[in-house]
Amino acid sequence: MTMIFGVPLAVFMGQLMLGLINGAFYALLSLGLAVIFGLLKIINFAHGAMYMLGAFTTLLGMNYLGINYWAALIITPLIVGLFGMLIERVLLRRIAHLDHLYGLLLTFGLALIFEGTLVNFFGVSGARYPTPEALQGGFKLGFMFLPTYRAWVLGAALVVCLFTWYMIERTRLGAYLRAGTENPALMQAFGVNVPLLITLTYGFGVALAAFAGVLAAPLYPVSPTMGSNLLIVVFAVVVIGGMGSIIGAVLTGLGMGLIEGLTKVYYPEAASTVIFVVMILVLLIRPAGLFGKEA
Amino acid sequence: MTFIRKTLTSSIAIAATTLMASGAQADMSDNEVRIGYLADMSGSYRDLAGPGGLEALKMAIEDFGGSVNGVPIEVFSADDRNSADVGASTVREWLDERNVDMVSGLVASSVSLAALKVVEEKNGLAIVSGSAASSITNEHCAPTHIHWVYDTYPMANATAKAVVEQGGDSWFLLTADYAFGHAMEKDVTEVVEESGGTIVDSVRHPFPTNDFSSYILQAQGSGAKVVGLANAGADTVNAINTASQFGLVQSGQQLAGLIVFLNDIYAMGLDATQGLLLTTGWYWNMDDESREWAERYYERMGSMPGMVHAGIYSSTTHYLNTVAELGSDDPVAVRKAMAENPINDFFARNGRIREDGRMVHDMYLVKVKSPEESTHDWDLYEVLSTIPAEEAFRPLSESECKLVNN
Amino acid sequence: MMANSQTLTPSMKRQRRAGMRRYALYALLIGVGLVAPFVAYPVFLMKVLCFALFACAFNLLLGYAGLLSFGHAAFLSTGGYVTGYLLSSYPGITPELGILAGTLAGLVLGGVFGVLSIRRQGIYFAMVTLALAQLMFFVYVQAPFTGGEDGLHGVPRGDLFGVISLNSNLSMYYFVFAVFLIGFAVIQRAVHSPFGQVLKAIRENEPRAVSLGYNVDAYKLVAFIISAGLAALAGSTKTIVFQLASLTDASWHMSGEVILMTLLGGVGTLFGPALGAGLVVSLQHLLSQSPLGNWVSVVLGIIFVVCVLAFRSGIVGEINKMVRKNFK
Repeated sequence: MTMIFGVPLAVFMGQLMLGLINGAFYALLSLGLAVIFGLLKIINFAHGAMYMLGAFTTLLGMNYLGINYWAALIITPLIVGLFGMLIERVLLRRIAHLDHLYGLLLTFGLALIFEGTLVNFFGVSGARYPTPEALQGGFKLGFMFLPTYRAWVLGAALVVCLFTWYMIERTRLGAYLRAGTENPALMQAFGVNVPLLITLTYGFGVALAAFAGVLAAPLYPVSPTMGSNLLIVVFAVVVIGGMGSIIGAVLTGLGMGLIEGLTKVYYPEAASTVIFVVMILVLLIRPAGLFGKEA
Repeated sequence: MTFIRKTLTSSIAIAATTLMASGAQADMSDNEVRIGYLADMSGSYRDLAGPGGLEALKMAIEDFGGSVNGVPIEVFSADDRNSADVGASTVREWLDERNVDMVSGLVASSVSLAALKVVEEKNGLAIVSGSAASSITNEHCAPTHIHWVYDTYPMANATAKAVVEQGGDSWFLLTADYAFGHAMEKDVTEVVEESGGTIVDSVRHPFPTNDFSSYILQAQGSGAKVVGLANAGADTVNAINTASQFGLVQSGQQLAGLIVFLNDIYAMGLDATQGLLLTTGWYWNMDDESREWAERYYERMGSMPGMVHAGIYSSTTHYLNTVAELGSDDPVAVRKAMAENPINDFFARNGRIREDGRMVHDMYLVKVKSPEESTHDWDLYEVLSTIPAEEAFRPLSESECKLVNN
Repeated sequence: MMANSQTLTPSMKRQRRAGMRRYALYALLIGVGLVAPFVAYPVFLMKVLCFALFACAFNLLLGYAGLLSFGHAAFLSTGGYVTGYLLSSYPGITPELGILAGTLAGLVLGGVFGVLSIRRQGIYFAMVTLALAQLMFFVYVQAPFTGGEDGLHGVPRGDLFGVISLNSNLSMYYFVFAVFLIGFAVIQRAVHSPFGQVLKAIRENEPRAVSLGYNVDAYKLVAFIISAGLAALAGSTKTIVFQLASLTDASWHMSGEVILMTLLGGVGTLFGPALGAGLVVSLQHLLSQSPLGNWVSVVLGIIFVVCVLAFRSGIVGEINKMVRKNFK
């Protein structure tokens, strides 16, 4: 058997694959954060809660309304996205003129409210969401058994990331968005409805988190606290990638997934710390992050 | 402000009751039996004890008639939010300011250990129902507390032994990388090797871990017959779920959960957990007596009770019986008298309280049913065998407890 | 600079009067602090004082240097663990030495965090400190001396200077009160010194401070280290009061709570954070023993949202505004 640093090639390849799949979640979540940050300049601390709400909407939709997984893939991001737009309209807009740190604090408060409320109704053990029938089972890849559902998660996340990148870099709406990021006042003067653009952007970023939530529902127990620990890791990913570019968020997310996967083979005890260690190294060498512009 | 007022009124009340205490109830402090229920009501152990445990406690008091020898029973409850300092300071205040006679609940081990130190210092009484740490009646034992329901020793040892006996003689251990996991790993390794099995490999995962796929893949690659989970709570749930997605059981390996509870199995569903072997202190469907109590609990809570809920009912009832018999709620006297009577109720069979404070009782080895075998939502376990009380728990001869003469 | 002129301008008179008022207020509060343990439960008061010091230390950074740290739990827990470990493992160490060591550890860690994070601003700074604190959390989960999930228990309170036993709640209370006063005095001096003035200048307009020739990063770093040291002091003291150190103090929710205390009381006011800490601790205390106990985090979240939306100067800030409007 071929060995790589004392680990069989098959195991090594398998771990890379799994790392990539985890990375896909990081990528989706940090992408949403980056899109929101770009225009609103706030860090959406409620992002983890939105991811959790996405998973919950999917679960409750199935239990009470009979909405299946495939419909939930479209409906859930829409619902949570609309909810996000409501939050932006009613709450975030009021503090848009202030220091952006207030946005962080407000969304932190919101995250506490959402999580706490759901804990009271659903407890914390977490509920299971069945894997949709078409995606059950798995492939024998030669080096590992890959559950179909995980392959689908990787594919779906990459497609959504690419689609987002295309929208922002290649469409007129995306051009407005980029221009709004640079100079909102000028955009307003040109007759673009900037407040609407902001609302839509926040809704879209939140919808991306909710989409990740739908993807996660069959993988992890759906519980009110599922988002809060993931969020800290995603923050670290964002710091490593830098806030400058969309593609940076995606690449860093995938890359960190890979690094984490390898750590789980060679030094599993450090798996949850490795991202923070990378973050410190990056900060020492490139304080603005790998893809960020020097502030 | 309210705080100040409360303190004042309570001290006035204490002064008044001391003056008024009549001969018949002279030994009931404050003319009330006061029970404090401390548990995680909102965090990750909510479903294990939480509001359900409080309900079980209230059921015990109602069934007892609401008073002991004509003296009313009052219940205080608090959410420890899984924080040792919140828990310890709540208990400290209960003992300092409210003269609480018995502290019940006590779930997260970190909170319990901190709270028990306070109870010991103040010469109070605590009955631990929710915690897993076997150190509570080992190196941290004290004459002021009793450990009622279970601890890691029977959970890990009985399960491991049974699995090896059934032919699962090569193990891969998945260990949570902190003190609790390490201790379990050590215990299980001993038991497996004593029973003639081997530990093929083990991996330590960070605590807590969300994604177990990588570790499950390593377990699959190890070729071991059994994958033992030396972790608890959300980690165990995640690991079992992931194992089911990767077809671990289908490809011929077996899972052994060492610290798994009824609410975990219910949450994960039978698809993911079928065939899992585990040890429990009680199961609601094990006989008529248990079923009768469980049905009453179900009507009030809308879910079936786990062993911790039943244990809280059982311990409270035994406590109240002892207080009634003794005619006093003095913690030291009650603690002593409780140990003198054997315990036999719907929860505890062949129960007795040892000198280290461990309440030993029969434990049960159960197997999680497959979805086809299960007839309804809560029909989850098949009881395989009974582990006699005297064998289930850590023998006193191995005890490091200062109360045991070795 | 103004002190060189011989005559007192009206504005200086007003300042002097304000100074007198402030000292009268200090004397009143110290008096209240001395009597308090006879009216309320001392352990509860000590908890309030520890968190008040923690919040004041945090506010030195947010209120006066404009830096929002989302990782202050790391300092609180470091102080607690170091003190707790030393006192339980080496019986010869007196409590004040244990506290000193804990504070020192906080200062060192503050230096490390500061060097890594100080060049970032605003949101970046918040996230870097958060991630660093999370790293410390993982370290404390696994380090053998912290007791991991179980925490450190039974830390002896010991004898102050080897003489005064701290086992009685009352003597413990006066010790904690003294520690709080010392910490508060450090903050008060720092804020009203030229150093504090430069910090405020940096907060208001950093490029301008740079162009005036100040080494902005060095000033921020010093503020960060002082703040970290005082937070560790609060953690050390808390460990001795409760005789335990646990992971609760290291988790990022604790970093969030201290922000809430400061925000509620008033960012950038001397007394605000202490008042906010008192309110939040009392609220948690009351809620946890009431039927609403399960809703603690929801209530905290709502307070957060309300503070940010409508109440940004906090309680003390709003009172100051009112006083300024009515008593000009």
